Amino acid sequence: MNPYVSLFAARFRALLQYRLAAVAGFGTQLFWGFLRVMIFTAFYRSTTKPPPISLPDMVSYLWLTQAFFALSLNYVDPDVRAMMRNGTVAYEMVRPLDLYSVWLSTALAARIAPTVLRAVPMLLVAWLLLGLRLPPGAGCALATAAGIACAFLLTAALSVVVTASLFHTVSGEGLARFMPVVVYIFSGILVPLPLLPGWMQSILDVLPFRGIADIPYRLYLGTVPASDVPLLLAHQLAWTIALVLLGKLMLRRSTRRLVVQGG
Amino acid sequence: MSYLLCEAGGTALDIVVENLKKSFHVAEREPGTWGAVKGLVRRRVRVVNALDGISFALAPGELVGYIGPNGAGKSTTVKVLSGILVPDSGRCEALGCVPWRDRISYVAQIGVVFGQRTQLWWDLPVAESLDLLRDIYRVPADAYARSRAELVEMLQLAGLLTVPVRQLSLGQRMRCDLAAALIHAPRLLFLDEPTIGLDAVSKLAVRDFVRRLNRERGVTVILTTHDMDDIEALCSRVILISDGKILSDGSLDSLRREVTRERRLTLDLEDPEAEISDPDAELIERDHGRVRLSFDPERVSPAELIGRITAQCAVRDLFVENPPIEEIVARLYGRTAK
Repeated sequence: MNPYVSLFAARFRALLQYRLAAVAGFGTQLFWGFLRVMIFTAFYRSTTKPPPISLPDMVSYLWLTQAFFALSLNYVDPDVRAMMRNGTVAYEMVRPLDLYSVWLSTALAARIAPTVLRAVPMLLVAWLLLGLRLPPGAGCALATAAGIACAFLLTAALSVVVTASLFHTVSGEGLARFMPVVVYIFSGILVPLPLLPGWMQSILDVLPFRGIADIPYRLYLGTVPASDVPLLLAHQLAWTIALVLLGKLMLRRSTRRLVVQGG
Repeated sequence: MSYLLCEAGGTALDIVVENLKKSFHVAEREPGTWGAVKGLVRRRVRVVNALDGISFALAPGELVGYIGPNGAGKSTTVKVLSGILVPDSGRCEALGCVPWRDRISYVAQIGVVFGQRTQLWWDLPVAESLDLLRDIYRVPADAYARSRAELVEMLQLAGLLTVPVRQLSLGQRMRCDLAAALIHAPRLLFLDEPTIGLDAVSKLAVRDFVRRLNRERGVTVILTTHDMDDIEALCSRVILISDGKILSDGSLDSLRREVTRERRLTLDLEDPEAEISDPDAELIERDHGRVRLSFDPERVSPAELIGRITAQCAVRDLFVENPPIEEIVARLYGRTAK
């Protein structure tokens, strides 16, 4: 088997072992989902202006963010971080593999495996009981699938950029803690982007983060015109490519001046 | 496999290192709170010359011990030779490749074990880790089956294959790590403190394996260790490094001769109280009937000394030996510390 596929599969299988974490994650996501639906419902009741997203769409959007929480950059692969801290990363370098591709494939596995475990039951429960609507058409569903796939690639590429930055610091906690918060706010997970002030929207429309939540979930709701769909997917892909190149460049530079910690 | 060969440097040697240098910058701060605050404003950076002009060459099939005190530059050498670190200057060629430049094609032909770390995946069973390494090194199925069977037999891994790596004892883990480093049949093996923390039985198993590997498969081995028994048991050649410089390079005997010609004569006397003295020998230890003398074989031959002493008093048993290698090395380290 191709070594990168093999690494992906091994990581994926290993992550599927963590059933208890999946159950706990499911419970947490459900709890926060309820809370957020209640908060937004309260806001919607007290508003005087017509909101940019209807309440039923809003509820669906919220459950999508909860179901796909593991897809967002909720953490940066702790295994790689530990490897950096204790110097085991040296072993990664004595294998005849491209370091970037290794990390991208494990980062992908680290996103996809927990999402598969959590999203499927969450979507089912939310659809049956909690007001999640299905996408309005087959085209919408297809676009959503493409958007989610691109979001996985985008998040993984961003995750490797953060990991590569750890080469420059000793403990490597800074960006690894900071980036999830940035993603949480700027991708539209916390508050859907259409609800933000106009000037912020125009900035966030350009940045890569919306590709992680805003784009796939709005494709799901079907509120974007069909003609915009290729444009949105291109936005995700263009940023993915840019982040892949950035990550590769950072790794190339840092491995030239690497210091491996410990004897 | 086409990627196996670098442009050969036209040399019959496995490793050539010439005047290799590598320095690190270490940020220092004074102790205490005030020191920490000062460190925020102004960093004092100290340059550490981890490698300060190292040169040596290794022929195929050699088994070399690479020793030196902590921080001498042993691990740095291994990391440069295995393509992990880029040196500041100097020449370094291994198997005809420049390790860091031709990293991917080069590391396919080497095996590395860092004793303090494991390359196995801690949440996978050993067998799956090996399968993963087969894919990583693109080992053909039949070569893999052969190599795996051989390693499982030599390292006695049969009972360990289904155990997740996190549940292995240190000795078991080291055996598995050795298998992992050799599954692709490398020509060159770097062992960085492979016996650290192991019990006596596991140490013997590791030594035995390394010896067989070197003799039977002709694998070239560089072994760094603090355990002089490893060196004595395995290495015909020892390179001693301290403060980034090579202090000595040669056989264990020549290393001994360089430090001291001293021999030890140990005697078990019939009468524990008997007087014993000789102008050419120095008494270094006396414990009841056991007497330990030190002498210089250039001044007095062992046979002559033994003859004179057995004439003085009745001896039940005796033997002549070299001073323990630990002592030799400690003296050498001490000499460099001055």
